[in-house]
Amino acid sequence: MRARRTFAKWLVALGALHGIVVCAGFFAPYDPVEQDRKSPYLPPMRVHLMDANGHFHARPFVYSLRLREGSFDQYEEDTTEIHPVKFFLSGARYWILGFLPCRTHFFGAEKTRIYLLGTDAYGRDQFSRFLFGGQVSLLAGILGAGITLFLGLCVGAVAGYYGGWRDSVLMRFAELFLALPWLYLLFALRAFLPLAVGPLEAFFLIIAVIGAVGWARPARLVRGVVLSAKERDFVRAARGFGASNGYLLRRHILPETSSVLLTQAAILIPQYVLAEMTLSFLGLGVPEPVPSWGNLLSSLQQYSVLVSYWWMYLPALIMVPFFLGYLGLASSLQERREAYKIEMSSLGSLP
Amino acid sequence: MRYLLRRMGHALFLLAGVSILAFLFTALAPGNYFDEMRLNPQIAPETMAALRAQYGFDKPLPVRYVTWLSSVIHGEMGFSFGYNSPVAPLLLMRARNTLLLTITATLLAWAIALPLGVWSAERLGRLPDRLLSWGTAALLVIPDLALALGLLVLAVRTGWFPTGGMASVDFETLSPLNKLRDLALHMILPVTALVLSALPLLVRHVRAAVADVLNAPFLLAAVGHGIPRRTLLYRYALPAAANPLISLFGFSIGALLSGSLLIEVVMSWPGLGPLLLEAILARDLYVVVGGILFSTLFLVGGNLLADLLLYWADPRIRTESSAR
Repeated sequence: MRARRTFAKWLVALGALHGIVVCAGFFAPYDPVEQDRKSPYLPPMRVHLMDANGHFHARPFVYSLRLREGSFDQYEEDTTEIHPVKFFLSGARYWILGFLPCRTHFFGAEKTRIYLLGTDAYGRDQFSRFLFGGQVSLLAGILGAGITLFLGLCVGAVAGYYGGWRDSVLMRFAELFLALPWLYLLFALRAFLPLAVGPLEAFFLIIAVIGAVGWARPARLVRGVVLSAKERDFVRAARGFGASNGYLLRRHILPETSSVLLTQAAILIPQYVLAEMTLSFLGLGVPEPVPSWGNLLSSLQQYSVLVSYWWMYLPALIMVPFFLGYLGLASSLQERREAYKIEMSSLGSLP
Repeated sequence: MRYLLRRMGHALFLLAGVSILAFLFTALAPGNYFDEMRLNPQIAPETMAALRAQYGFDKPLPVRYVTWLSSVIHGEMGFSFGYNSPVAPLLLMRARNTLLLTITATLLAWAIALPLGVWSAERLGRLPDRLLSWGTAALLVIPDLALALGLLVLAVRTGWFPTGGMASVDFETLSPLNKLRDLALHMILPVTALVLSALPLLVRHVRAAVADVLNAPFLLAAVGHGIPRRTLLYRYALPAAANPLISLFGFSIGALLSGSLLIEVVMSWPGLGPLLLEAILARDLYVVVGGILFSTLFLVGGNLLADLLLYWADPRIRTESSAR
């Protein structure tokens, strides 16, 4: 029971985080590719409640930033005018879920632009890019995990259910894939695919690559479950009644693998988000100007950015809650499976 | 002995399989190193054809594979178009740097994880153990990339460690002792990143394995005999828990190799990682195949080492294999 409650807790937290990313257009104040060439590498703005004269304001506000005298990349706050933070402003056009056109943004300011995480080299809002980049990275992770689990399920089911030479061939093949360090494998697969492609093709390409890399481990796990499930009494009974192989697999055996697959999904998705980040970071994934969590960080490969513009690192910290959510989900799922096993074994010991 | 031979045969099978697989992929790959030249009007089509013939691109795949295999036996591993030299010497130098990094990180990570895990298992469920669990969870959820970049930001802003490369500019002029010191200083950052990324998983497994054993009756008996705590933990409990840990050791080498690929690129350590990335971008296929093969070699070697250790540590495997 407790395990179920923690599972629900993590699921709600993750759902909320993903909801924010799905509605990125609403929560992001600006368009992710809109450039503000006059303010490159703007540091994160502070949201104030106290103004420079010590007066308190109930509505939070920001000061706009201006170049410090005699410098070319140092900004200071212009304290002559306060810009209150407004909510539900109308701004750049965006689509929710790709088809609902909308203009309302959660927050913004009227006379200045708010940059919560600063801006990049082209003056693009890092906060907006983070939210929109999350759409790309998380979707890549989820779809990639889907492909992997589907492949793993098919291979594992065939190997476990039919056994014999199919089993040995498939499992030998799986060993080959397990023998490679997975990042090298990812690179290798990426190496043999076209490099210069548009953002959309690149996106689907890396999903396919990421999805094709990890099938071996789920396949082994599924095979194990199928092996034990096909000897269960109710399966034998169904077979005795003349059930076909397809029916047995579909109706009795594959449902047994659901908890393994669910746990694997919770483990694989963050891993694949990381894989997408790594590829995009190195310039092998989703290309600019489309934001993704990987190419958001790739400017940090330049030494000058590393030295002078530390806030370019902030997105890396903000994505940690997502990974925490998946870790919590995975461990609560594992706990649940343990609890289920104990329940089952105690049932088995009844006279 | 038969056990070892079987493991060795298995390793060879894996290597051969990976090389064939890699070659198959190169055949499926669109484009090759010379494709860009085709766009250049100053290069005659005949030159292109000659180049293709020279590097054997006009031959069928099995022939190319056999040619490549013979060049592996000659210690060349094919030819790098980008570097205009055989692949093996290129890779060997880079592989040495990668190994230096990975082996140091592996040893260090285990040297930290073992006592930490045992310490935590002894206090299972109490405050220090819970704190450590939170710590490892925190490390677990920080992506490797973020960890490496964070260390870089820290190093650059504080100036405590040198960043980038594996040697200072004046490396050649230093005395041997200072050379060693310089190398160690440059290794601090990448090794720290690798150890921190590998540590949480290792600590958790050590803790679980030792905690499992600590409940065993023979340990209760040993406690009853008044055997001191340290001996109990390290001479009685740890060897009994060694079996899954040794398997994990082989696995951790693979994980660290993957991790070091990324961290080498981020910290510009001249290992296999940057070379592989460069080769991928330039379509220098033999270098890619060689790099993949080297990484497999390391991993298989690590697993073989783990098997050896297991053979040495677990008498059950010895008797089982000799009985057969």
